[in-house]
Amino acid sequence: MEEENKQFTISALTENKAGLLNGVTIIFTRRKMNIESINVSETEVEGVSRYTIVISATRHQAELVVKQINKLIEVLAAFLYDENDIYYQELAMFKLPTEAFLNGNKIEKIVRNNGARILVIEEDHIIIEKTGHRKEIRELFEHLKPYGVLEFVRSGRIAISKSKRKTDIFLRELEAENLNNL
Amino acid sequence: METLVKEHPRQTIVTPKRISGSEAIILSLLEEGVKDVFGYPGGAIMPLYDELYKYEDKLTHYLMRHEQGAVHAAQGFSRVSSKVGVCIATSGPGATNLITGIADAQLDSTPLVCITGQVPSNLLGTSAFQEIDIIGISMPVVKWNFQVTKAEEIPQALAKAFYIAASGRPGPVLIDITKDAQFGELNFVYEKCEGLRSYKPVPKLDISQIGRAATLINKAQKPLILCGHGVLLSKAEKALLAFAEKTQTPVASTLLGLSAFPPNNPLYVGMLGMHGNYGPNVKTNEADLLIAVGMRFDDRVTGNLDFYAKQAKVIHIEIDQSEIDKNVKADVAVLADAKQALLAITALVGETKRNKWLAEFKACDAIEEAKVGGKERYPTSGEIKMAEVVKLISEKTNGNAVLVTDVGQHQMIANRYYKFNTPNSIVTSGGLGTMGFALPSAIGAGIGDKEREIIAIAGDGGIQMTIQELGALAQYNVPVKVIVLNNGFLGMVRQWQQLFFEKRYAFTEMANPDFVAIAKGYGLDSAKVLAREELDAAIEKMLDHKGPYLLEIKVEQEENVFPMVPPGASVSDVILE
Repeated sequence: MEEENKQFTISALTENKAGLLNGVTIIFTRRKMNIESINVSETEVEGVSRYTIVISATRHQAELVVKQINKLIEVLAAFLYDENDIYYQELAMFKLPTEAFLNGNKIEKIVRNNGARILVIEEDHIIIEKTGHRKEIRELFEHLKPYGVLEFVRSGRIAISKSKRKTDIFLRELEAENLNNL
Repeated sequence: METLVKEHPRQTIVTPKRISGSEAIILSLLEEGVKDVFGYPGGAIMPLYDELYKYEDKLTHYLMRHEQGAVHAAQGFSRVSSKVGVCIATSGPGATNLITGIADAQLDSTPLVCITGQVPSNLLGTSAFQEIDIIGISMPVVKWNFQVTKAEEIPQALAKAFYIAASGRPGPVLIDITKDAQFGELNFVYEKCEGLRSYKPVPKLDISQIGRAATLINKAQKPLILCGHGVLLSKAEKALLAFAEKTQTPVASTLLGLSAFPPNNPLYVGMLGMHGNYGPNVKTNEADLLIAVGMRFDDRVTGNLDFYAKQAKVIHIEIDQSEIDKNVKADVAVLADAKQALLAITALVGETKRNKWLAEFKACDAIEEAKVGGKERYPTSGEIKMAEVVKLISEKTNGNAVLVTDVGQHQMIANRYYKFNTPNSIVTSGGLGTMGFALPSAIGAGIGDKEREIIAIAGDGGIQMTIQELGALAQYNVPVKVIVLNNGFLGMVRQWQQLFFEKRYAFTEMANPDFVAIAKGYGLDSAKVLAREELDAAIEKMLDHKGPYLLEIKVEQEENVFPMVPPGASVSDVILE
């Protein structure tokens, strides 16, 4: 009996090593799994990166890949989350022609109602920025479409877990564990 | 920026003068206790070879005839000695030729440090002569890899390499070193790596899981131990024996787990899997508890997972968390070193007798012996059978030799019939199934273990994939006995063609050279056996011979290997004919 695919977020703390991104992504490539989004960023601890990867998979598949990620030498820890375990956001930017703003305040209303903001105003284009869930960004896109969206870009997901664990304390625990093993 | 973090220095060696990166590689190898390396020179690794020349008295380099030979030799060396095998190759094709062996070592958990030369760092990414992205290419098949571009990174990179290769579930590590890093200078300081915060090779024993495992074992009526390579890797042979004897639990072995449990012990019930013994396959689907130790439920062991041991509870003792619940869901997962786990569990289980359950295996053995084993080992007419050759070798060496096999029919037969008496006496390519593995890895085994007799068995197909290594065998006079079981076919593929492709023998028949003449060309002693009457004396002569020897034995052309779990079938549907 095959489980159904669900969206999962994988969050991994890693050492900052050249080539690790390749090591992480081939775990998915090998299984012909598509990565929906991936984000690598610094953390509050120097030299430690955080990978945030969104995939669509069965829970069993997702658990197996998280174990494989954990197995990479430079990965400090990898966690598997579903939507309920995390706070998450994506960032989108929309480029619209400036003249679309000249006929009344409809766009301003859309921006206001959707919790977006105007980032840049130039002679020929205006950039609107929106952070939120994918669905909200999609909705804003639908609202703006009639006014001629010149370009649209959306980031991958970033997520933060609901757990109270602090990264630096977690790392200190890992280091202490290591010393005990000697 | 990436840095190599210094981890908990224990010992420090400081050289007062500045030395070259190449010399630092050698000194690092010496610090790690390396005495033998296998390799093949080339442009980008020449500075290191120049230093090898100067250190010839401390570090012996064996020139193999192909980089694949070098990596397989390092594997064979490691498997018999339990040390880290070291091989060296140049950039580009030298490095890519290592990949098959590295992949093999990854699947069969063999600790290797592979050192490759690389073009100077200012040429990286320019498609310079013999430049290849070996870090990228090797990424899916190494436990860890690292590119060194500065001389001062060398000691730390190698210290980490040896630590990672050998610890936890062992595996291959590749260190790619640019030519300018080999030429560059550094103040040599060597600190052995003894820990990394991001890598926990040996998980802490979870006592509650040990307790749960013991409870299941104490309740079980028909338990079966599945002994894997992990038992050998964690040196848990005695712990397993004590556990099995206390609980009177039958022990079945995976291919790579062979030689971990004494074959003459009444609890030993044989090999698992597609060409394993009848009893352990059938009884897997009757046991009420599987106790899997250091094994990974490979598809060649489990057959069709939908019909695999559905009636049984499963205890999975395994050091690699990514193997747990991968193929078979564990009722109790013990994430631990096999030896630690077995010792802890043994203390908590009661003594039992299971005469009836054990007798059921004996009954299966009798069926197998009547239908397969007897006919194969004691034929009276017809051409020579592979099994009778193996039986003779097993008897004449009292099971004390190291058996190195290639891949295919002979591999299954050799490993099923040889009575492995000493731990780590099987060297074979299990996970990757690499033809051409036997000859070079036997050379490495002969260098890694000078006490035990090393016998390589290969088919006529596999031997020709790396036959050039007869050159290394002759040059270094390694006392390896090479047996070529020649049936004129790629036998295992031919068997499948016969059974599953309506006998369409698509490109599996081989016109073979005169192997004896080839051996003679390399200056090796050799002989050929065509008839049963000559067999015993020829094997006797081979074993008495000092130094390397090749024995070609003509065997039955279309012999099939049974028992067999047909592809897609359940283990209990194992067929005997």
